[in-house]
Amino acid sequence: MGLRRKDILTLEDMDVEEMTTVLDTAESLKEILSRDIKKVPTLRGKSVLTLFYEASTRTRTSFELAGKYMSADTVNIATTTSAVVKGETLKDTAWNVEAMGIDCIVMRHPVAGAPHFLARLCQASVINAGDGMHEHPTQGLLDMFSIRERKGRLVGLKVAIIGDILHSRVARSDIWGLGKMGAEVWVAGPPTLVPPEVERMGPAFGGRLRATHRVDEAIEGADVVMVLRLQLERQKKGLFPSIREYSRVFGVNRARLALAKDDFILMHPGPMNRGVEIASDVADADYSVILEQVTNGVAVRMAILYLLLGGSESPVQAVAGPSGGGPTGARGPGGGGDQR
Amino acid sequence: MILQPKAQIMDKEAIDRALRRIAHEIVEKNKGTEDVMLIGIRRRGVPLAERLRAHIREVEGSEPPLGVLDITLYRDDLTTRSDAPQVHRTEIPESVRGKKVVLCDDVLYTGRTVRAAMDAIMDLGRPKAIQLAVLVDRGHRELPIRADYVGKNVPTSGREVIEVKFRETDDEEDKVLIVEKVED
Repeated sequence: MGLRRKDILTLEDMDVEEMTTVLDTAESLKEILSRDIKKVPTLRGKSVLTLFYEASTRTRTSFELAGKYMSADTVNIATTTSAVVKGETLKDTAWNVEAMGIDCIVMRHPVAGAPHFLARLCQASVINAGDGMHEHPTQGLLDMFSIRERKGRLVGLKVAIIGDILHSRVARSDIWGLGKMGAEVWVAGPPTLVPPEVERMGPAFGGRLRATHRVDEAIEGADVVMVLRLQLERQKKGLFPSIREYSRVFGVNRARLALAKDDFILMHPGPMNRGVEIASDVADADYSVILEQVTNGVAVRMAILYLLLGGSESPVQAVAGPSGGGPTGARGPGGGGDQR
Repeated sequence: MILQPKAQIMDKEAIDRALRRIAHEIVEKNKGTEDVMLIGIRRRGVPLAERLRAHIREVEGSEPPLGVLDITLYRDDLTTRSDAPQVHRTEIPESVRGKKVVLCDDVLYTGRTVRAAMDAIMDLGRPKAIQLAVLVDRGHRELPIRADYVGKNVPTSGREVIEVKFRETDDEEDKVLIVEKVED
C-alpha cells in the first residue's frame, strides 16, 4: 500500500495499480465527509501549502478542506498577494516555504512542467493542481472516481469528452487516466480545438481513443458525457467564429444528450459557462453528477494526501534536510500484524 | 524469522462456547439490549461481533445494531511505518450518541488498537459507555486498558503470537493457535 513516489505530477506517469490505490482509498475516506465531526487525526503535524499562480476556487478549497479533515495544517499563498508580485522566483518561493517546514506543496501554475521543476527542487511532496495546458491529475482521478462510483467500473465504458480539448489540462489527465483504466474515450470539438497529439496518443490505447469533430458521433451510445469549459481566457483569435456559433455547433444540450445511453451521466469539471458549452437545464438535470464531482474531489484529495504523507519513509522525512531536527525515525521492528 | 505453530488453544466448539457466554454477559451487564451497539474492529473483530449478535438474538429475541470500524486513520504508528497502510471503510449504521458501544476484537495485546478504536468512536459522537469484548487476552499491555468480556486468558511470552482463524475471514475452520517466532 501507499504510493511509492514523492510527487503526483501527471497521470501519464502513474500506472493502473497506483491509480486504483488512490480510488480505493478515496472510497474508504468518503464516509468521513458525511460525519457530524468531519475530522480524523491521521495527518496531525503535517503541513500542506497551496501555492496558486492562477485563479481557482474549487481545487484550492478542495485541497485545503481535504488537508483540514485529515488534521494537516494548511496554508495558502495566492500569488497576487504574495512576494511573487515583488519579483520573487518560483525557486526562491519554494525554498523559503520549505525552510518553514512545509511537507507538501500543491501548486497550480500557468506554465506546463512548472510542478516538475518544483519537485526536483524540493524535498517536500509536490502535487500538480494544474500546469498550463498540460495536466490536472487530481481532477482526472476524481473524474474516474465519480464514474466508477456510479457505473461500478471503468473498463469498456464509452466516455465522450466534448469541447475545448486543446487548452484543457483536464482533458489530458482524463484521457491518460481513463485510457489506461480501459475505457473507450472519444474526444470531440472544433478542428481548431482538438490537437493532433490526440490522434498520436490513440495507438497507445489500442484504438480505444478516438477523435471526431462531430459531437453527435461522440455522444451516441456514451455512458459518460464530459463537457469541458470553453477557456475564454486562453482563446487566441480565429479558433472559432463566435461564442454563439460554438454553442450552436458544439454546445451540449438536451437534444444531443438524447443520443447517449439511457443511464448516462453528465460531467463538467467546472467552472461552467452556462449557455455556452453546456445548456443550463441539462447541467441541473437528474443525470448530472457535476456537484458529486466536487464532493468526490475532496475524498480523492484526502486519499492523495494520506498516501503521500501517511508513512514516515515518504521522502519528506527520509531526507531530513540541512535544518536537521525532525522526529528521529525510531523505527520499530515492523508492524506486528493485527496484534497491537 | 519464521512462525512455528506451537499449540492449538481453542477449537471451533470452545470458541462457540466462549462467545455464547460473552453474549450472556453482555445482556446481563447491560440489562438487556436496549441502547447496546456492537462494533467490530476490522478485520477479525467483525465476524466476532456478528456471532455475538446472533447469540444475543437467541438469548434475548432482539438484536443490537452492528457496526464495522477501521482504525487505520487512528493508528499511532503511522509515522514509524514505511508506507501508508490500506484504509478500509468504516460503517456505523446509526449515531453512537447515547449508545452503550461494545467494541469487539479477536486478540487484546498492547491495547493500542483499542485506544485507536476508542478515539475513532469518540470522533463519531458521544456514546454513553464503551465496553470491550475480546476472544483472547494475551497480556503485555502497554496502555491502561482492560477488557469487560474475555473468551480466554492466555499467558504468553513476547516471542509468541496468537493466531485466530475464522471461517469468514480466513477460509479455515475456526481455531486459536499459539505460534512462536523462530530465527531461521
